[in-house]
Amino acid sequence: MSIDLSQFKQSFLEESDEGLDVLESGLLALDSGTADDEVIHAVFRAAHSIKGGAGTFSLTEIASFTHVMETLLDEMRDGRRAISKEAINVLLNSVDVLRELLDAARDDVPPEMSRVNEIQAKLEAVLNAGNNQATEDKQEAETESEQQEPEADGWVIKFHPHEHMLRTGNDTVRMFKELAALGDLENRVNLSGLPEFEHMDPELSYLSWILHLKKNEQQGAIDKAVIEEIFEWVEDDCDLSIEPLTSEPDDTSTSEQNDSPQPAEIPVSETITAADNVIPITGESDAQTVPSKVPAAGVQQPAEAQQKSSTRKKKATETGSIRVGTDKIDTLINMVGELVITQSMLSQMGEDFSMDKIEDLREGLAQLERNTRELQESVMRIRMLPISSSFQRFPRLVHDLGQKMNKKIELKMFGEQTELDKTVMEKIGDPLVHLVRNSLDHGIEDPQTRLAAGKSETGTITLNAYHQGGFIIIEISDDGAGLPRDKLLNKAIEKGLVTEQDNLPDEKIYDLIFHPGFSTVDQISDISGRGVGMDVVRKNIKELGGNVDVRTEEGRGTTFTIRLPLTLAILDGQLVKVGNETYIIPLVSIIESLEIETDNINTIAGTTEVYKMRDKYIPLVRLYEVFDVQPGTHRLQDCLLVVVEGDGGKAGILVDDLLSQQQVVIKSLETNYKRIQGVSGATILGDGTVALILDMSGLLTLAKEIEPVQNYQNQTYANG
Amino acid sequence: MPDPEKIMSDIQDIVGELDALTDENAEQYLTFVLAGEEYAIDVLRVREIKGWDKVTTLPRTPDYLQGVINLRGTIVPIVDLRKRFNLPEIAYGPTTVVIVLKVFGEEHDRIMGIIVDAVSDVHNLKYDSIRPAPEMKGYVDNRFVNGLATINNKMVVLMDIDALMSSAEMDEVEQPAA
Repeated sequence: MSIDLSQFKQSFLEESDEGLDVLESGLLALDSGTADDEVIHAVFRAAHSIKGGAGTFSLTEIASFTHVMETLLDEMRDGRRAISKEAINVLLNSVDVLRELLDAARDDVPPEMSRVNEIQAKLEAVLNAGNNQATEDKQEAETESEQQEPEADGWVIKFHPHEHMLRTGNDTVRMFKELAALGDLENRVNLSGLPEFEHMDPELSYLSWILHLKKNEQQGAIDKAVIEEIFEWVEDDCDLSIEPLTSEPDDTSTSEQNDSPQPAEIPVSETITAADNVIPITGESDAQTVPSKVPAAGVQQPAEAQQKSSTRKKKATETGSIRVGTDKIDTLINMVGELVITQSMLSQMGEDFSMDKIEDLREGLAQLERNTRELQESVMRIRMLPISSSFQRFPRLVHDLGQKMNKKIELKMFGEQTELDKTVMEKIGDPLVHLVRNSLDHGIEDPQTRLAAGKSETGTITLNAYHQGGFIIIEISDDGAGLPRDKLLNKAIEKGLVTEQDNLPDEKIYDLIFHPGFSTVDQISDISGRGVGMDVVRKNIKELGGNVDVRTEEGRGTTFTIRLPLTLAILDGQLVKVGNETYIIPLVSIIESLEIETDNINTIAGTTEVYKMRDKYIPLVRLYEVFDVQPGTHRLQDCLLVVVEGDGGKAGILVDDLLSQQQVVIKSLETNYKRIQGVSGATILGDGTVALILDMSGLLTLAKEIEPVQNYQNQTYANG
Repeated sequence: MPDPEKIMSDIQDIVGELDALTDENAEQYLTFVLAGEEYAIDVLRVREIKGWDKVTTLPRTPDYLQGVINLRGTIVPIVDLRKRFNLPEIAYGPTTVVIVLKVFGEEHDRIMGIIVDAVSDVHNLKYDSIRPAPEMKGYVDNRFVNGLATINNKMVVLMDIDALMSSAEMDEVEQPAA
């Protein structure tokens, strides 16, 4: 029987992605010294799983590459090697390489091997260089095991599986066969744990073994690591001890085996505690000497890798899958259950309905409405993911950039469990990266400047996320230099954006950084500062229906606040009527609605209309004209003006009437047709008809492009 | 008294269709009427046939794009084929139907609807009974026509629905409405 492996490849790739995230965050934790010994185990297991999976799918490049990583990690795990900064950096680079390899495997293209080989060589160099402890353990064990462990003719393996081990799918027979392949295996089974036959559960394991594995002539010495590897998958599910075979093997009783500790664990924790004291925070000056080239190379690549990963993500979203917690599914099933009950109650009522049951019917319908709303909310929650998946890339980013720029930076993250819609999350990733880079590059000063300013040498960047109403707020703050108010103002005057007489309030001045082509940094770095960033950040966030603001205090730091709708699937809208058509204006873009006073309408050159609203003039957009529909009335007095804010500022939209405000579910027009300028999507109203959702920025741009079709001057007078 | 010849020809028709039904070299086509002419489309593309109902117009789209409808939660654009082929417009009547089709596009498949005067029948057509169309000019040109066939002594135009509804085609004719 042959199994089609290709169907599992996708899940292998997805799991590997997750494994890489574990690897990366684990390595960073090791680097910053915040790791406990569980972390290195997790890191090792992640690498091991990728290796195993890659082998299964014949992805030899990945398997062989991961093997080298695994060897290195294994030595760190066993405490045979100190966790050095250099090694961590190379391992981080390896994670990038693995990402590329996995991407190549996903697209079924041959991987770019030059970089793979380069990093693999580095890994091997690390593995061989300064390998004093390791050589004793490993290499000599292979060649001259007699000398290293003269008494070790073999090993005594005490193996006592926990009761449930067989349920994890592990098979002792298979493991023993593998052991037997290494040398001469003697095996003594301890039956004392065996219950009476009638109490026996066939799925539980009651036995324990003492195995004597002696080297034989053909295979030669046996490496302890090889034995450990066999027990790799069961190490959490059994009591295991592996000791050198002495000439007089002692007949240990079973009770002792149960208590026997796992010797592999102890040295690891020791190393890590030691590493805690040794490893400095990022950007230490000693990092310049040896590994400086490594991170420098590493800084460029994450940028590329990120670009690649973002393009890949786009590809992946089309067939993308989502992992949902079982609790969410359970809630959903409960709610569907309630819905079914309500439905059967209503249909029962309908069978012999009389007017005296009208009150019950109302109650039933109210319940149905409640069920529906709850169901809708739960379904929406399925798309909600904790923002940590977006935040998790930042430790690496801050680590790499901090090293590159010789800045000491501590990254604090709060509210990582705050949930938001998957689509929003995917689109907010790049703007977030940009803002964090900005904080790193322009915000945080170098250590000397900080000390001179009486601040702590280490700068802090804080990422914070929390819910507020129907929005998610993400704050990126640093305790750096802040924005230079006067410099910004001068630059703006120089560029002709404002005049000296304008007398702008501070917040308006700081807001200038979102203006296209605006950068005050004297030195353009390859990280940021070309002035092509912030306007794009704001544009992207606005496209998501959100907003970004900046608060700053010179010398104290800067905070960017991003405000985003929780979901792109639902929108609060104002229904408006124009002729026979109903349109929806997103509530967020509406500033106010007012009745038109014809005296306030003025024309410019007879073709452009402006409306005087209090002391300001705003352009007037006749929606029926832009969309070429028949208006209900030409009498402006009967119309209403909805004042909205789009990309290009405020404008007044002329509509016939305001209808209700309601939440609408956004449907895409692009699924079956294409994008229409001025329309962001469609929705289905209560009566089943389709209504278009207006896109204010697009609409206002469109209004500017349209040739005026009539002379308003006459019309205004005629109507007025 | 039924006409024996008529019965014979009916039987032959049925036998012919049954023949085609079991034939691998045949396909089923849905025929519809547009201004007295018969057109045919691959029946496997047809999602459903529904009566004409009010549509929501899309601003600044070609005239023949009648608008969009709600098809069980999906927004489906509707094309008026009379307008598309520049045929004289008629008022929508009780036989006016919307044929909802699956259209294979370059980027992704789409669901679209066409408004026709009436649907007539489903026929089996053997490949070898399909004749190439002569060079044509005008609103229905050779790009949109897969061939011509004869059903019940009447000519039927086999439409290439993908070419007709492809986005490139829709863009090409599009002009700002204002």
